[in-house]
Amino acid sequence: MSKTERQLWMATLARAGRAEIERCLADAPALPTHKRLRGPETGLVMVRGRAGGGGAAFNFGEMTVTRCTVRAGERIGHAYIAGRDAAKAELAARLDAALQDSASADAFMRAVIEPLQALETERRAALAARAAATKVDFFTLATMRS
Amino acid sequence: MAYVAVKGGERAIDNAHAWLAEARRGDPAVADIGTDQIAQQLGRAVDRAMAEGSLYDRDLAALAIKQAQGDLIEAAFLLRAFRTTLPRFAASLPLETGAIRPLRRISAVFKDLPGGQVLGPTTDYTHRLLDFSLTDGTPPPAAPLTAAEPEAMPRVHDILGREGLIEPDAPDGAEPGDLTREPLAFPAGRDLRLQALARGDEGFLLSLGYSSQRGYGNNHPFIGEIRMGEVAVEIEPPELGFAIEIGDLVLTECQMVNQFGGSKTTPAQFTRGYGLAFGQGERRAMAMALVDRSLRAAELGEDATAPGQNAEFVLGHCDNIEATGFVEHLKLPHYVDFQSELETLRRIRAESL
Repeated sequence: MSKTERQLWMATLARAGRAEIERCLADAPALPTHKRLRGPETGLVMVRGRAGGGGAAFNFGEMTVTRCTVRAGERIGHAYIAGRDAAKAELAARLDAALQDSASADAFMRAVIEPLQALETERRAALAARAAATKVDFFTLATMRS
Repeated sequence: MAYVAVKGGERAIDNAHAWLAEARRGDPAVADIGTDQIAQQLGRAVDRAMAEGSLYDRDLAALAIKQAQGDLIEAAFLLRAFRTTLPRFAASLPLETGAIRPLRRISAVFKDLPGGQVLGPTTDYTHRLLDFSLTDGTPPPAAPLTAAEPEAMPRVHDILGREGLIEPDAPDGAEPGDLTREPLAFPAGRDLRLQALARGDEGFLLSLGYSSQRGYGNNHPFIGEIRMGEVAVEIEPPELGFAIEIGDLVLTECQMVNQFGGSKTTPAQFTRGYGLAFGQGERRAMAMALVDRSLRAAELGEDATAPGQNAEFVLGHCDNIEATGFVEHLKLPHYVDFQSELETLRRIRAESL
């Protein structure tokens, strides 16, 4: 199932570093004033796997996650991000609210989300290129049966 | 007779802690180690502390390792203690490990398989000679890059599954048990067994897996596939009503292919064992897959005669935090206990003389 635009920007903000988000915000319009409705607060997510990779679910282990909910004007912004960076969770929630507002969405998409997506694409490509360089062909030596 | 509490010793304990802190720091003329350095440069220690602490957070694990002076069981203990201070917001959707972004992928059963064999940053082919260049801070040469074309990487068991040669995955939609909420009871389902093994002591799992290879409950294993890479974690918060990605985890997954099962109704087919580990934990994932398969003995109609096939033995002893707690509690004062044994012994001897 393809993801909605909102799912994509929330995923982008969850993966980005706080310093990168702040750098992008320097070139963006000021974020609208906001009120914290919940958090930022750190808790856990129990990560589930599947037996055999595709079978019945099992509880694999936990990870830290920080969430924040804000109100900015009419919009409610949410963020759930891996790790314990409260300031980043709050920024992500404020951006989630600003991106839902059609008046400011385009500006924040261009100034923040698109550059962050480009950074992530670049990071993944660099890893994939390292992995591709370690791709091998094993030769099977002739055995007595051959 | 139980342990009886004692009082006193506060000053000695405070002084011992002060010395511990000083000893942890070491010679002040040597630079203090940063937790960022541990997170970056002692990655396998971080992975192991996270796995056995059952908490994925690289920075916290690095801090725990520093605080524990590199004692990884103590570090895992610190992480387990920390997690009890946090509320649980959600359980994730089951990880789509088939969609892993692979940094490593190997198979020992097929030489040429779609997607190829990708070694990744492995130590497998190093000669295990100490590298003294690491002592002088020489930066390593840059790792070569090759333009990567996206290529499908089907799972080995899906390839074998096309001919029905291997048991298929059996998703059931049931809510999995959680041993952090309910104490383990036996017989334990595979969900609980996998949870216990995922956080079990690597050395214990390794030895049990090894025992199964050497004939204590014969496993006949092949590595169908090992993958290490990044996987997205998704949750579905009720206030949103749709799934969101909260970040990526680095994981290692091992699919073990084992000798045949079959019955009057099912033709003979390969059976499977499964291992999954936080971080780059290949030894752990392989050992877990061996033990997972061993523990399926009853389900697959095999005689359970070996230690590795005994769920109560394995699950009851694989947790190194529980194990270290029970073993190390012996250090606490048992003066009253011991006094009673001493008196009993003296009485027995007096009566027999």
